[in-house]
Amino acid sequence: MIAGLAVAALLWEGYKAAGDPEGTVLFGVRVLPRADDLSMPHLWTIGQRLADPEMTGGRPVWLVVLQACLFTLGITAAGFAAGTVIGLVLAAAMQRFRIVERGLLPYVVLSQTVPLVALAPLIAGWGGTLMPSWATVSVIAAYLAFFPVAVGMLRGLQSPSAGGVELMRSYAAGWWRTLVKLRFPAALPYLFPALRLAGAAAVVGAVVGEISTGTRGGIGRLIIEYSREATSDPAKVYTAMLGAALLGLLVAGAVSLLELPLMRHRRHVEVVTL
Amino acid sequence: MSELASPAPDIVPAPERAASVIVDDVTKVFNQGRSDEVLALSGVSLTVGGGEFVSLIGPSGCGKSTLLRLIADLIEPTTGTVTVAGRPAGQARRDQEYGIAFQQAGLFEWRTVRRNVELPLELRGVSKAERRARAEEMLELVGLADFAGHYPGQLSGGMQQRVAIARALAVQPPLLLMDEPFGALDEMTRERLQSELLGICAKTGTSTVFVTHSISEAVFLSGRVVVMSARPGRITASIEVELPSRDEAGRQAPAYFEKITEVRQALRS
Ligand SMILES: Nc1ncnc2c1ncn2[C@@H]1O[C@H](COP(=O)(O)OP(=O)(O)OP(=O)(O)O)[C@@H](O)[C@H]1O
Ligand SMILES: [Mg+2]
Repeated sequence: MIAGLAVAALLWEGYKAAGDPEGTVLFGVRVLPRADDLSMPHLWTIGQRLADPEMTGGRPVWLVVLQACLFTLGITAAGFAAGTVIGLVLAAAMQRFRIVERGLLPYVVLSQTVPLVALAPLIAGWGGTLMPSWATVSVIAAYLAFFPVAVGMLRGLQSPSAGGVELMRSYAAGWWRTLVKLRFPAALPYLFPALRLAGAAAVVGAVVGEISTGTRGGIGRLIIEYSREATSDPAKVYTAMLGAALLGLLVAGAVSLLELPLMRHRRHVEVVTL
Repeated sequence: MSELASPAPDIVPAPERAASVIVDDVTKVFNQGRSDEVLALSGVSLTVGGGEFVSLIGPSGCGKSTLLRLIADLIEPTTGTVTVAGRPAGQARRDQEYGIAFQQAGLFEWRTVRRNVELPLELRGVSKAERRARAEEMLELVGLADFAGHYPGQLSGGMQQRVAIARALAVQPPLLLMDEPFGALDEMTRERLQSELLGICAKTGTSTVFVTHSISEAVFLSGRVVVMSARPGRITASIEVELPSRDEAGRQAPAYFEKITEVRQALRS
């Protein structure tokens, strides 16, 4: 984790030192980005910018970014939770009824190919009437988050061997008790990687959702605002991006916190979602 | 309860000796109508009396596990009927009339050894304290009391198999179905568990259907050894076994060796 951060920082500064300031252009296509101070400010410049006030006389940038992070974290958490519940219910329904799996799974996959840009205005329209406007962003986050959970959990619920299922049958356990005692615990090694993907998707959904619904107060909005000033103040937009990355880490950390006690004695399966 | 409905104490029926399992002319075809159709069992009839110990023996693939799974109502016969404890097999399963130990241990890896043994008790709504006591007792019996807190992944194959046996015994079922339960055990453990099993069955009047590949094990344990042949699976012989005693002396008795020879000949023909 720490080592990963160090490597990322080294790569950034390394490229900045070695890369062409005008970017590497091959056959008229820029394959590597510009390495000048305008496109890739030094890390210490970004750090300094965090400490400086947002505007002359305003609050320091780090505080603004942190507040925006908290706002978006709330939205992400709501979307992540809703998406997870929806994903779990869908997976259980698909496991229970073959017909539901056959009828629903293609649409679950299809749902993720609908461009978010097309969907966002529709959902944004619900804001103010059906729900507060921040909740519409949560809906978008949930929309992205439910998918890995539904697909991963379905595989997990179907993972018990025929022997395990027969054992439960010999105990005259019905579908529900088989789900609780056998299928759900057996699915945990599949669930956690799926939750990780869902967490990342929820963060992306929240950030992009804020931008496309025009919701104020979150990190997505901040990225847009700061990027408008990129020519005069290039380091500023990166502070907002750092905030978004922090959000992703927080969600991943929360999933790990849940996973650690539950998976201590479990083998880890190789999981490929989809 | 009304005065009329309660039976007078002097006409309480004697302990039931009625048949525990009746398999009547059962045929089992897997994947019927497909290219990989298998006739696993053909015209099998078998009756297991109350408290009787019956072993099934026969070459690999002759349908022993299939027959056991039919009795357990885990699969349905293609033709014929299976009756357990006087009821259709499906009803008997729902009434929890039997305990089963499969050929593979089939433990739940996320439960400790103790909680694996407790599982069937849990599903029957047995109280926590009693569950625990019963699990400890059964683990003691199979010699794994020290491993109650371990996870299945930390045990050897034979130890896992013993946990599965403890799990099957924990509910003290009127009918025990066991599919090569001692297959993965060393000779000493195997002989000890054989004696324990006989003791339990004698004490509680449990009827047992026991699948094994070992002729000596079948003869030592059973009141009757049922010999099967493969392709299609059929019952070719049913050999009654009378031993002077079922202990060390029993293993030395001439009757024991005579029966072993008889079963071996039945298997060969
Ligand atoms: N679910 C199934 N689908 C198709 N065929 C099956 C199935 N289960 C068993 N069979 C077939 O039925 C036959 C009998 O199998 P079974 O498992 O009952 O044999 P067995 O006597 O228990 O053998 P072993 O001693 O090796 O355990 C085999 O030919 C097997 O291929
Ligand atoms: Mg078998």
